[in-house]
Amino acid sequence: MDHASLGWWGVPLAVLAGAIRVSTPFLFVSLGECLTEKSGRINLGLEGTLVMGAMSGYATAYLTGNPWAGVLVAGLAGSLLGTLHAMICALERVNDIAVGIALMLLGTGLAFFLGKPFIQPQAPQLPSIPFGWWSGSAQVRSALDINPLFLVGLALAPLLLWGLRTTRWGMVLRIVGESAEAARAMGYHINRVRLLATAAGGFFAGVGGSFLSLSYPGSWNERLSSGQGITAVALVIFARWDPVLCVWASLLFGGAGALGPALQSVGVTQGYHLFNAAPYVLTLAIMIATSSSRHRLAGAPAELSVTR
Amino acid sequence: MGNALRFSRRSVLRTMTAAGGLGALGAGLPWTPAMAKTLVIGFLYVGPRDDYGYNQAHAEGAAAVKAMPGVKVLEEEKVPETIDVENSMESMINLDGASLLFPTSFGYFDPYVLKEAKKHPDLTFLHCGGLWTPGKHPTNVGSYFGYIDEAEYLSGIVAAYASKSKKLGFVAAKPIPQVLRNINSFTLGARSVDPTITTAVVFTGDWSMPVKEAEAANSLIDQGADVLTCHVDSPKVIVETAEKRGVFCTGYHASQATLAPKGYLTGAEWNWAKVYTDFVKMVQGGIKPPNLVRGGLKEGIIKTSPYGAAVSDAARKHADDVKAKFMDGSFVIYKGPIKDNKGNSVIAEGKSHGQTDIALESMNWLVEGVTGSIS
Repeated sequence: MDHASLGWWGVPLAVLAGAIRVSTPFLFVSLGECLTEKSGRINLGLEGTLVMGAMSGYATAYLTGNPWAGVLVAGLAGSLLGTLHAMICALERVNDIAVGIALMLLGTGLAFFLGKPFIQPQAPQLPSIPFGWWSGSAQVRSALDINPLFLVGLALAPLLLWGLRTTRWGMVLRIVGESAEAARAMGYHINRVRLLATAAGGFFAGVGGSFLSLSYPGSWNERLSSGQGITAVALVIFARWDPVLCVWASLLFGGAGALGPALQSVGVTQGYHLFNAAPYVLTLAIMIATSSSRHRLAGAPAELSVTR
Repeated sequence: MGNALRFSRRSVLRTMTAAGGLGALGAGLPWTPAMAKTLVIGFLYVGPRDDYGYNQAHAEGAAAVKAMPGVKVLEEEKVPETIDVENSMESMINLDGASLLFPTSFGYFDPYVLKEAKKHPDLTFLHCGGLWTPGKHPTNVGSYFGYIDEAEYLSGIVAAYASKSKKLGFVAAKPIPQVLRNINSFTLGARSVDPTITTAVVFTGDWSMPVKEAEAANSLIDQGADVLTCHVDSPKVIVETAEKRGVFCTGYHASQATLAPKGYLTGAEWNWAKVYTDFVKMVQGGIKPPNLVRGGLKEGIIKTSPYGAAVSDAARKHADDVKAKFMDGSFVIYKGPIKDNKGNSVIAEGKSHGQTDIALESMNWLVEGVTGSIS
């Protein structure tokens, strides 16, 4: 074999690199959704928010020449969509899941409409940090070219966990999510808390979208997300509404997604459809293994419309 | 002020008669004399028309038609391969008076285009990729396609000269005959330069999966491939990834040279501009377009991207020599003996399949030198 080729070592490396590269959007969307669901509301519109974030981030980076401005605008666009969701859901007898689906369609449609002129141009990309400087192997160096957004996501998860557990704001959020009546009795504005939680969740999802268009795969087109936003919403349930578990779930999904192409490139080519389906098979297996018909999912906020 | 608005009965009657007469005149006149000068043509794309790929290639053809005199071009993007395409064609026909339609995606043909063609026997439907069969399909339908694997063969030659690791990478969507033919021609081209070269194939499973395509490209590069090419709807992500990782690439569908100024070697492109303007000229001249159009470099349906800066003189000369043979029709890619990558003989010694050979349109094997399998 050739000296530049890694052979079988390429598979674990690709899975690791894939986990780092592909997981970031999952991570941001699931952290955002985690926060929103903790307040007792589900925002299924995050798929639309992700696509909108990808588009607005790319467009802003292209127009201003500054990719970080793109990240900021993507976040703001996301929180705008989140605010819209929260405001509609604050009305009487409105189902948050239905509103979420409507917003998912609105977000993707709007992004496709506004994003038309930005499919062709190339926007400046977010710089990554070369953590692989110590290695002589080009493959390892490339695998460890880590985008700062991934690190931000990693740091954000324990911060959220700590915030939800120990700070006053976190506790208010959880009370609203666990028992709206108790929160009302204590004098908290339920809709205001949920508005803030949904807007913040939208911000994270928008930032996740900007990672797609500004880092990996790093261009804007209409098939960019292909359902990652909705997968990330499911990851939250999978991760039992725990931000730190969201990190692991995202890494698992990213790595499993990289398995198919990596195995094919080393010559394991039989049954690649099965390897490509690996993340979904994995989710199903874990969901079945951990679910129970007798009690409700551990960690699920009691006010969520799906668990109530 | 009231006076200004007061009309005499006579003047009102006169105005009404005049208007009525004009209306009758308009209704009596057939629309055709006015329309005969302008030929209304509808193009339907399955994706966005600026995707640096399949749809952009068609849209560039439509743009060439737009520049012709006496035509009006309608375009609709992102038309799914469902009943939607029928509705889109209906509205182009009924609301805009389109009489020549180009539904450009493979999946439109059966049953949607066939159904519309039966419904409107006086209009012309020209479909890309389908196989028109006499007796079975309506005569106002035509199908056209090109042997783009000729250009893939040339890309393979150029890639072989550029590669140092002797390992090429191919990101493909699905293992269907068209795709396999491109993989095989690319590999045969490369191995005509150096028989030790191998091509690793990764199938992503669908026509447009940006994240998976980027993963596939990175995996192939990690395994030592130093020239990448692809057969997906939009090669943008793969070409950009190759450029980012500092390896070479060859393009597909349209030119992606601007996306990879350093690493873009050449590419296999459709030349729909020629095909479409030819068709439109025929229709304008009252000639019925042929029902089945096929062709490659010689017929001008296919072209290659201009060579990139990284292409050596030896590579240019070799590829140009073979291209000249394609142009005079003397070159055959699938000439025995050819073995598949499991060691079976697929084309025997002394046997050869020319481009028009229908046997090639049901290809279900990968040639020796390809790492990959179709199931």
